[in-house]
Amino acid sequence: MHSILPLPFFHVWSYLQTQPLMGLTATLCTWELACFIDIKAGHKPITNPTFLSITLLACALLVTGTPYSAYFNGAQYVHFLLGPATVALAIPMYANRHSIKKHFVPIFISLTTGSIVAAVSAMLIARALGAPHDVLVSLGPKSVTTPIAMAVAQNLGGQPPLTAVFVMITGVFGAIICTGVFWLVRVKDWRAQGLAAGTAAHGLATARMILINETAGAYGGVAIGLNGIITSIMLPLLVNIFGF
Amino acid sequence: MVRSIMMLLLCQLAGTVVQEGTGLPIPGPVMGLVLLLGLLIWRGGPSQSLHDTAGGFLKYLGLLFVPAGVGVVTELQVLKANALAIAVAIPVSTILGLVVTGVLMQRLLRGKADA
Repeated sequence: MHSILPLPFFHVWSYLQTQPLMGLTATLCTWELACFIDIKAGHKPITNPTFLSITLLACALLVTGTPYSAYFNGAQYVHFLLGPATVALAIPMYANRHSIKKHFVPIFISLTTGSIVAAVSAMLIARALGAPHDVLVSLGPKSVTTPIAMAVAQNLGGQPPLTAVFVMITGVFGAIICTGVFWLVRVKDWRAQGLAAGTAAHGLATARMILINETAGAYGGVAIGLNGIITSIMLPLLVNIFGF
Repeated sequence: MVRSIMMLLLCQLAGTVVQEGTGLPIPGPVMGLVLLLGLLIWRGGPSQSLHDTAGGFLKYLGLLFVPAGVGVVTELQVLKANALAIAVAIPVSTILGLVVTGVLMQRLLRGKADA
């Protein structure tokens, strides 16, 4: 495909593929474009900027034949910030500490139950539909935040990159449908909404709740942290019990 | 702002050191979150700068997931081979998780106002 292009263009293109500049610039430009589309569309669930950005960038990589590693060479600088952003969740948690302390028992019961239901139902359904062992254990931790999910999948003999994809699909799906689901089952309490979003669909659904209500965002943050800890401990036991 | 970013990174670093050192299954950034929360409770709340910096990070949380998400291009074959299982398992389990957690939490909190 490149052979028909003029030589200087090909030279510049090959050079850029070895540099972090293009992957990083592409990520930020695509994000801005996705946010612009989201605003123009009036914040429709389907125009979720994360979902749009991933779709656009994945298509761009496939069309141009750019390997993911060349893209990630630049995008890793954005990816790295997930770590400090996870730590930063302590600030909204602190702001809501009295409410969380007071309701610790309901939080713990709802979160643990929801977390187990989400993980076990996903693995049972996938097993019934013929998915092999490594796909099942990669699917188990899909509701927790990416760095935790990848570590848990690795310990269980799954494939961390596959888990990262499942975590993304779960998060995008959760962020798109969460408000509709809460409306359908009449969950109106911001605390319950935030906790459910963070438990079932980690930071992506929480990112959406943060934009809607601060309390919901704080409970989402609590759910991400607690569910990460609970899933790391519970999932190996559940995998044993159900024989996945 | 630099001091606030330093604070976040130090907590993450300390969390990662603890995780690697003890072999606990809890990832470093989560351990860092717990550590920072402990510090805030002990020292009495974040400075204005830390509050603003953390708010900045969280406002763009959606952007930070993009690079990992684009990794979908490396897993297309496995996804294709298990398309039906994945296409049913993820939506159904996510809805179940949302409903169970949300309904249970709302029931348990009924009549209880915030502190």
